[in-house]
Amino acid sequence: MPQRAPQAASRPQTFRSPIARNKPPVQFTGPNAESIAEIAGSVPDPELPMVSLMNLGVLRAVDVNEASGAITVTITPTYSGCPAMNSMADDIVTKLHDAGHPDVTVHKVLGGDWSSDDLTTTGRQALRESGIAPPTARSTDPNAGSVPVLCPQCGAQNTEQLSPFGATSCKALYRCLACREPFEYFKIH
Amino acid sequence: MTASIETSSTSMDTADSAEDTAEYALRLGDDALILAQRMGEWVSNAPELEEDVALANIGLDLLGQARSLLTYAGSYLGKSEDELAYFRDDSEFRCAHLMATPRGDFAVAIARMLIVAGYQWELYARLAESNDDTLASIATKAVKEVAYHFQHAEMWTLRLGDGTDESHRRIQQALDDLWPLVDELFRTDDVEQRLSAKGIAVDSAALKAPFMDAIAPVLTEATLTVPTAPPSAGGGRHGKPSEYLGHLLAEMQVLARQHPGASW
Repeated sequence: MPQRAPQAASRPQTFRSPIARNKPPVQFTGPNAESIAEIAGSVPDPELPMVSLMNLGVLRAVDVNEASGAITVTITPTYSGCPAMNSMADDIVTKLHDAGHPDVTVHKVLGGDWSSDDLTTTGRQALRESGIAPPTARSTDPNAGSVPVLCPQCGAQNTEQLSPFGATSCKALYRCLACREPFEYFKIH
Repeated sequence: MTASIETSSTSMDTADSAEDTAEYALRLGDDALILAQRMGEWVSNAPELEEDVALANIGLDLLGQARSLLTYAGSYLGKSEDELAYFRDDSEFRCAHLMATPRGDFAVAIARMLIVAGYQWELYARLAESNDDTLASIATKAVKEVAYHFQHAEMWTLRLGDGTDESHRRIQQALDDLWPLVDELFRTDDVEQRLSAKGIAVDSAALKAPFMDAIAPVLTEATLTVPTAPPSAGGGRHGKPSEYLGHLLAEMQVLARQHPGASW
């Protein structure tokens, strides 16, 4: 077991996002765009399959061309280097093909500025039920660093961070000091 | 690298500044790309498994930033991100010498992460307000990522600096060795001044003081001394690359150059 700096657990977050967020709502344009968004948004995240793209908050727009029926789905990455983006795009195309929509393009844009605030309540619940602690606070909360991460197994507040980086960009490694279980935490971003 | 993220349309006044904007995006993108490659060298070499994972994740963040920045530079230069990453020689890169400096020991990795993340945080926090929509979008995302990098470097700097005699000696040595390369990050030039006058770029010289305000307390708390070594000549931004960059590129580019256009 690695030794840890005694200060590390209690240190406040040094840097918070200085950027006030003004997240635009998901844009639907064209005939049946909302029902098509429902299909596209039901694609699971390839690395967090308990959460759909809609509940992860990465689906940003669906445009259906009235004349040709061509569909354009816009998604935005969670982290700059998110390696799941290509697979998300492929899965959206496949799912819409299966639903009888042959002409589908997926646009990936940065302008949507995803934040962990965009996780829906359903998404947070799905994470918790799968043993991943959801974000404890909003990204703009000045006290975010001092809100305890609750153990998703036993609910205890007495948890500690083992490493701020985990199996995917969006997660950190924690363990519960009450039930002794290790768990993953979906970071505030 | 395939299927990059699209960059949004840019504001009107950048039309006159296309050449400068491309150059600026190359500098930031090359810094991120080359440091990502150095981070990748840590995979399976870190002192513990958690650090393998952490350094790889930090490298992945940097690679993602690099892809967006190089795609944007390439949109002005008529080149793809892959052409820029794999088919330029060392003198065509625009990264600071600090990024190409060899991997070194774990203390060097931490000292460099502290310096670079401290610099990038100050940079991206301001660039997020850029009049150039694409640079602002990239920076808005990147600033949150480098904040985690800085926190991680800070935790390890405290642990190594205020740890054993040997860990203290190693991290101080790493800081002393890297310090001459720090000044290059904060040198401005005509390209940057023209762009910052239009609210597109950030004047690097203005970042030095806030950077020191962030770094110095960490070093003090870690019982380390802020180095005083004089700055090196640099030149990485202007076609005088680090002597180590060519070796790094030889490894990074070999596959793409032996099998141009290959995919799987």
